[in-house]
Order: sequence, then structure tokens, then C-alpha cells
Amino acid sequence: MKDLIIPWDETDKGTPLRVGAPVTLSVDGIEVTVPEGTSVMRAASDAGIQVPKLCATDSLEAFGSCRLCVVEIEGRRGTPASCTTPVVAGMVVKTRSEKVQKIRRGVMELYISDHPLDCLTCSANGDCELQDMAGAVGLREVRYEAGENHFEVRAGAAANAQYIPKDDSNPYFTYDPAKCIVCNRCVRACEEVQGTFALTIEGRGFDSRVSVGAPNFLESDCVSCGACVQACPTATLQEKSVIEIGTPERSVITTCAYCGVGCSFKAELNGDQLVRMVPWKHGKANRGHSCVKGRFAYGYATHQDRILNPMIRDKITDPWREVSWDEAMSFAAGRMRGLQDQYGKNAIGVITSSRCTNEETYLVQKLTRAVFGNNNTDTCARVCHSPTGYGLGQTFGTSAGTQDFDSVEHTDVVVVIGANPTDGHPVFASRLKKRLRAGAKLIVIDPRRIDLVRSAHVSAAHHLALRPGTNVAVVSAMAHVIVTEGLAAESYIRERCDWEEYLAYSDFIGDARHSPEATELLTGVPAAELRAAARAFATGGNGAIYYGLGVTEHSQGSTTVMGIANLAMLTGNVGRKGVGVNPLRGQNNVQGSCDMGSFPHELPGYRHVKGAEVRAIFEKAWGVEIDPEPGLRIPNMLDAAVEGTFKGLYCQGEDILQSDPDTKHVAAGLAAMECVIVHDLFLNETANYAHVFLPGSSFLEKDGTFTNAERRINRVRRVMAPKNGYEDWEVTQLLANAMGAGWHYTHPSQIMAEIAMTTPSFAGVTYEVLEEKGSVQWPCNEAHPDGTPLMHVDGFVRGKGRFIVTEYVATDEKTGPRFPLLLTTGRTLSQYNVGAQTRRTANVAWHDEDVLEIHPHDAEVRGVKDRDWVRLASRAGETSLRAKITDRVSPGVVYTTFHHPDTQANVITTDFSDWATNCPEFKVTAVQVNLSNGPSAWQEDYNAHAGLARRILPAAE
Amino acid sequence: MHPQPSDQEIRPVIEAHLHLEGPLLPILHDLQARFGFIPDAARGVIAEALNLSVAEVVGVISFYHDFRKAPAGQHVLKLCRAEACQSVGSEGLAQRVLANLGLEWHGTTADGKLTVEPVYCLGLCACAPALMLDGVVHGRVDDAGVVAILEEAGV
Repeated sequence: MKDLIIPWDETDKGTPLRVGAPVTLSVDGIEVTVPEGTSVMRAASDAGIQVPKLCATDSLEAFGSCRLCVVEIEGRRGTPASCTTPVVAGMVVKTRSEKVQKIRRGVMELYISDHPLDCLTCSANGDCELQDMAGAVGLREVRYEAGENHFEVRAGAAANAQYIPKDDSNPYFTYDPAKCIVCNRCVRACEEVQGTFALTIEGRGFDSRVSVGAPNFLESDCVSCGACVQACPTATLQEKSVIEIGTPERSVITTCAYCGVGCSFKAELNGDQLVRMVPWKHGKANRGHSCVKGRFAYGYATHQDRILNPMIRDKITDPWREVSWDEAMSFAAGRMRGLQDQYGKNAIGVITSSRCTNEETYLVQKLTRAVFGNNNTDTCARVCHSPTGYGLGQTFGTSAGTQDFDSVEHTDVVVVIGANPTDGHPVFASRLKKRLRAGAKLIVIDPRRIDLVRSAHVSAAHHLALRPGTNVAVVSAMAHVIVTEGLAAESYIRERCDWEEYLAYSDFIGDARHSPEATELLTGVPAAELRAAARAFATGGNGAIYYGLGVTEHSQGSTTVMGIANLAMLTGNVGRKGVGVNPLRGQNNVQGSCDMGSFPHELPGYRHVKGAEVRAIFEKAWGVEIDPEPGLRIPNMLDAAVEGTFKGLYCQGEDILQSDPDTKHVAAGLAAMECVIVHDLFLNETANYAHVFLPGSSFLEKDGTFTNAERRINRVRRVMAPKNGYEDWEVTQLLANAMGAGWHYTHPSQIMAEIAMTTPSFAGVTYEVLEEKGSVQWPCNEAHPDGTPLMHVDGFVRGKGRFIVTEYVATDEKTGPRFPLLLTTGRTLSQYNVGAQTRRTANVAWHDEDVLEIHPHDAEVRGVKDRDWVRLASRAGETSLRAKITDRVSPGVVYTTFHHPDTQANVITTDFSDWATNCPEFKVTAVQVNLSNGPSAWQEDYNAHAGLARRILPAAE
Repeated sequence: MHPQPSDQEIRPVIEAHLHLEGPLLPILHDLQARFGFIPDAARGVIAEALNLSVAEVVGVISFYHDFRKAPAGQHVLKLCRAEACQSVGSEGLAQRVLANLGLEWHGTTADGKLTVEPVYCLGLCACAPALMLDGVVHGRVDDAGVVAILEEAGV
């Protein structure tokens, strides 16, 4: 198969790349120089010679079981396997001697004697390494007669006891033991690449079969990441889509639109029909790995629920009316301008999407700044990582993570705070687990016993199971231990940080009130354990901190981010490989949407809108005057709407009703607006309050770029034509032009050119550069033409790193007699965010409803049994869902996910928020749980409203 | 499935070996010694205790033919089927022994007294055909010899 886009070498070199001193050898008379430790097989491949192989693939360590890759080496006895033989200087290798050719044919003959000869009807026909190798070794006959075998259903009259039927329990791929050659690649991929260890070889000798150690794949530990399917050389593990459609004939490299890891994928197609998504081995974020969402859960893009025509209505109680794009645009533009005429220019605003491209986000914020004439733009980062932007901006000088994902390979001590990477960022988690298996130490700070705390071959050295809401106290206590026990990296601090500020900070943090002993009662973390963790981090070598929304979504989210930055500076862990502060961003382009000026106070590149010089750049580029006053944040927009001063909203690719806290308040705000324009793939929950619906395009249908959690700008490439007719940036442009903007972009590369022209950290980014390099990490400009994998290498961006005092202030959300439990929220592996995409895929096989995790003790005193319906109530509202009894949560803490609109977990969450950025306090809500017999009144009312609001009038005859 | 021992019975057996380096095989041996077989119920408990996956534990258990899924009879007779024994007629001997007992390979007599299993080399090639009864090896056996050995054991 040929890549239409990038001519990267896709050759499977058989064994992984090594780093080492150069070694020169000769392979079939060709001189080749490779790093020490390289296998003969890989050296041969570098010389342009492919040694036949079955059990070897370059994503896995050599195994040496198939015996097909044998070669002759001068001066050595026998025929060693080239995959397990390391190169030696001066080696003379023969890969095609008569002797090895004969051995290979003999081996192949044995393989084929226990393999069905149904190539023509096999789903891997044309994409089968066994087939390729039979050709490569020149197999012309099989002399063995059919005897005992694994592939015939019947052995004579009786059933064949060795035959195992196909397992198609997994929704996305099948396991057909009849086709298996027991090369072990799947088992090794599950272990080495994914780190789940769900597969094994059962039995021995002729009885050896690949097994999941469970009745079938779906009931096993398998997480459906697809690594085994990717590794399988035959049709044994095969995507169902390929079985159904056939092998793909072309491919396009693009970027996954799920989490912030930003995996590169090859979209493989027949015509414009997507056959499968396979992780791209040259993707620098994922290095050829994937998770169940990116690999398989793309079916939403063609789901029947997708709305493909624009729709309008006068009132939200009316049914929708399908109209032409022209009519929709003039209706929307007319209403928005009317609202501005009546209520003032600040009465309308936009919400940009963290799922759309940089170019699309840039246009949406430009719409409000250049066309609406105000700064009322905000984005879903408000509700997730806005404290990261603020906290890291204040301490280091840039609002982003400091490392690339490759950095984890050089880490010695990892701290994971308020993140659950195996569920939220699975591909990064696999890379982290690989490093942990190699000996790095792990410290988990999380109220829940997440999988990383203990799962096959991984266990945390320290799990600090803190009470939700006490992050600052725990992080400060760690800093206290480091400072008072003299473990701070003083020379690093003197060199790179503001020493005076450090002295003030160390006085503050050294105070006894920050000691682990003083805060133990508050945080619930045993002081000795915390001290041990702090010492391990300070003295264990390269220390890296990875954190997620469990840090930011608190009333003191920004403080915790600064506390984390303090910890990193205290221990000298910023500015080289293997260290750093790494926010795990939630959505595919949440980093990008922040970079692109989505916040009401910042123009692209995090430059304050009050700065006249910055405004001047955009005023010149856009030919308009920019309002110097920061606009409204999302919560302010909703408050203003309820007050009656904010009337119109253009919301692109975000479902604020489901994803934002205090659902009832969001609903009231939306209901009070007179023109809500929702631009989305589906009639989402927010659309129930909309007057205009503009159908969106999926990531498969557009060109653009996403920026992932490591600041990596990856290309998104159009794989198929937009089903709705327009890419999202075109829709925004239509709306802008309907309001008189006069934009005429014809390709997103022109938008990127405008971004590069106006934003210094993107100055060197062009589509040509991205084509050439695959991806770049910002800042990418004259000083860093290749981008910046590691930040703050020679010093902090802001000059001197700044220590900021982090006083712990308890949240106002407190437990009491009425609400004695603390609710915290998170996500699962198979579902994504509000579930709009993943709920419309077969991923529901793993998670078809949100459940409430509750400790056995708390369940028992309430008479709650597993799977019982329970009522979950807070000061803000109540909902009902089923209980799951587990000791993953501590007593006093309950946990749920927010993937399903039926549950509406955010009816419960309150409108408390981060002091600096208004990021909502999703992670702490005081609640009560008791038995219930079904959905709450709110759930029923809401469902009734949603049913009415989603009506679409039949098209006129 | 054979009646399984309870969690309370299984756990102490596992815990007794956790101090060892590489405790999996000692645990499996001890479980088999204690219960006569490796209970399916133990797989998850072992995996959790050793921080392995269930699949890995299954892989190890199934690799060794001597780890049983159900208890064997009171006595276990292993007849060698390897090359040296075959060359002096062990196959015929084995077939006759099985026929006399009315068993297939791996079968157990109705009274639960005896299980007959194949084994591939006892290291007694010079004294073929060889067998092993309850861990004790016997060489140069013939039909009468097998009967005598079994009688002596009270089978």
C-alpha cells in the first residue's frame, strides 16, 4: 500500500532501533554501519535487504521463535537467527545462501502444513505476512499430508478436538485460532507495547494456543487497544471492518481527535470509505501505538444521528426547520446583529471548541474580536486546564507543558497527580508503564486507587490517597519536607530562579503548619508516607510530574499548579529530558484552542488584550479596531444571560449543557438567550436550547492542525468530503461574511499563515514545514526553526523561575450532616468526555451507563447493594444512577463519570470555581447517597424537554 | 468443574510463599499438594497477590502438564512413551495396561484409585520400558511386572 501524502519509510525492520557506537559489517556483500546492539536482521534491512521473518517486527524485542530469519555468518557454526544475533564489527553475513534458503522452505512447509489454504477468501488476503513469506522463500510444495491440525472443523467423522471456533466477542476485531501460527507477536505486543498482559500462550508444544485466560476477549483484561491486531501477521486477529469491507487501497496520515495525546494515525481507505484507522509508526506522540478510542471508535463520523442540514427555529419550544445554508446564515446573522443593535455590541459572544482545529478556533475568536467587536470568547479549557495556563504562565513564563512524551523514557521518578492516564490518556499510560517496568519509581497522588497504583507489573511506590480538595496541602507538605530536610537543589535554584523569592518561599513553606504531620488530619495522607514520597521525588534522579484535571478542577486549581511548578523547581527538575511539569490535556486540541486566543483576555499567543502593541498587530492584519477590554468568561456569559444583558451565543463543537457544572444554571442561562447558534455534529444537549443549528464536519472531513499536550502541532488531513457540505472553518467564514466580514480564505493553510504572521511562537509554522517534518512543537520560529521539544533548557522563558507561595484555603464546598460524602468525577477508557462521539460507537460494550463508585462501608450503612439504583444529591441538585461497590474509593468518597446525558452528573456539581480562572470545581462536591427506585424528577423533566426540543419538521413536499 | 476450595483456604497457601523470589511455581506446587489440583478460583488470587495478569498465570499453569485441573486418583501411574521405551515395545505394553484397566490416557479408575498418564522420558532409557508409580520409578517392566507393582501398591 502506498502513502499518498508522505513518503516516510514504512519498512518493518524487524527489531527496534538501538542507540550506540557505530559498527560496520557486510551483508550479502553490502557494507552497512549500524549502532552497536542492532540485530543482524535490522542491519540487513538498513542495507536494503529484507530477511524473511514471521515472529519479528520492529515494534517488539526479538523473540527468535519462527526460525525463518536464519542466516549464515562467516566463522560461526550453524545458522543463527538474524533477529536475536547482535552485529559485531567485521561480520560477514549471508542471507540468501543455498543452505538457509532450504531451511526456510522447510520451516515454511511446516507452518503451512497446519494452516488453512483459503487465501482467496481470507480477510487478510493481500495483507498477510505468512502469504508474503511463502512467496519470499519460494515455497512450491507442501509434502506433509493433513494429519492432526488446528484448522479443520472435523477430523474425519468426529469433531476436531484441536479446532477452536472464532471469538468475535470484541466489537471491533475477531480472534480466529484456526489461522494462528503462534508467533507470539500479539502476546508480546500486549505486554511490551500496551502493558496490559491480557494475552498469553496456553498449553505447550502442538497444544500452544493464544489465549486471554478468560472465556473470551470481551470478558478478559483486554482493553481493545488494537496493538495485537496491529502485530498479527495473519488473519488471526483481524479488524471486523476489514473482514466486512476488504483490504484498503490508499491511506492518509492524520491526527486522532480524541484526547490530548494527539496520536498520529493512518486512515486507510477504499475510495472515500474508511476501512480502518491504524496507528502510524512515525507519529512522534504515539510511536505506533493507539487506544480503543482512536483505533476503533470512529463510527460516530458516519452515524445516522449526524445532522447534515442547517436548521433554524424562532423559539426553542418550536420544532426544528431544515433550511438552506443561505437562509440559516442570514437568519443567524440577522438575529445576532439585531441583538447587538438592541442590547449593545457586548450582548453576544462565542465559545470556541477544543475539538476543532487551530485554524477553526482562530477564526471563531477572530469572529468575535473582528466582527462582533468585543472579546466575548471563551473555550472549554475554562472548565479543564485554564489553571494550567495561568499557573505555569506565572511561574515558568509559558502556559504549557515543558516536555515531549518521549521524555518519559528518561524519567526515574514519576509523580502522577489527579490524573488517571490508563483511562484518560491511554497511549501515554502505555509509554509510562513501559518505563515503570524498566525500573522507574511511581508516586500516585489521587483519592482513588487508579489502575496505575497497582496493575500487572506496575505498582506505585507511594499512593497518597488524599481527601478530595486537599491537593494544595499535600503538594505544600511535600515541598515542606524537601525544604526542611535540606533536599532542595540549591545550586539549580540559585542559577535559574529568583533567589530572593525562593528565600521568602522557603520561609513560608518551612513553617510547621505545612508539615505532613500538621496536615495529616486534613488530607488523610499518613505523614510518614508523604515524607517518604517527598524524599523519593527529591533524591530519586530525574523527577517528572504528570497531572490532570484532578489538579485543576478545584477552587484552588491554579494554586496547585503553582505548587507543582514549585516542586519541580525546588528539585531542579525542569529543563532537560526525563523531568518537567506535564499537564495531560483532556481534549485533542485544548492546548491549541488556548494558544489561539480563545480566552476573553488574551489574543493568540497568550498576549493580553490590554497591550496596545499586541492589538496593533491584529488591528493591522484584520483592518479593524480591537476592544481593549477583556470579554466575558463562560460562567460570566451565563450569569449575564440570566440577568438579561447577554443575548446571543455562537457555540462551536462544545456541549456546555452537559460538560459544564451546575447544569440547571447553564440551562437557565441558555434559555434566557435569544439566539443560540450551535455548530456541532449532533443535536447535543446544548442544542436543546438553540435557535440555529449549523451542522459540523468531523476530523476526517477537514484539513487543519491540532496541538497536543506536548505543544506538538500535528496535521489533520481531509480523508473524505464533509457530509454536511462544508469544513467547520468554512461555516464560520460563512457566518462572518453574512455579518459583513468579507473574509476569503480558501484553505486552512492561509489561516495558519495569518497565525504565523501575528503570533511569535508560531512564526515558523507553515503547512510546508509540517509536511516536511511531520509535526513541530511550538515555539517554532527563527530561534527554534525545528520547534522546541523541551522548554526552559537554558533558563526559564520568563527569565528567572518564580516561586509563589501556596497557602491552602479549604473550599467552601464542605461536607456536613446533610451531605456527608465527597463526590469526585472522572472518565473511563472506552468513553470520551460527554460521550457524544463514543456513545455512538460500539464502545458502549464496555461502558453503557455511568455508575457511582462507593466504598463497601459507606454502602453498607446506607443499605446499598451492588447495581442498586441510588439517588445522588448535592446542594445544587440530584440525579439517580446505579451503584458499584468497590474499595478503589476511600470511605467518605464517591466517584462517577459524566459520559452519559441520562445521568447528568453535572446536575450535582456546584458553581464553585478556581479563584484565578473560574475553572469549575468538578472534583469536589458534598453529596448524600441513598437508595432510590429510578430516575429523578429532573432527569424525567429533562428527558421530556429534550425529546420535544429535538423534533425536526418533515421536509416540505 | 470440580468443587473448588474457598478463598479462605486458597489465600494462606499463596501468602506462605510471597517472601520468595519468583514465588509462582512454589505456590502452584503447594496448591496442588494441598488440594490435589490447581483450583480455577486461585488464578485471580495468585494474579492479584503477585501483581501479574490472570492470563500470565493461566499461561504458566497450562504450560506444565503436571499441574492438574481436577484431582487425580489416589495413585498415579506414568508410563513412559519416549523413544528408548518405544523401541522395546512400551506402546504395546501401555495399550494392554490401559485395556486391562478399561482406561484411556489420563483416565482414572471408577473407584478413584488409579490415574494413568503418559510421560516422555524418565531418564531410565538403559532400563526401558520404564514407568513411575507415585514418584517411584521402575525399569525393565513387562505385563506381569506392571500387575505386580500395582498389586503391591494395593490398586
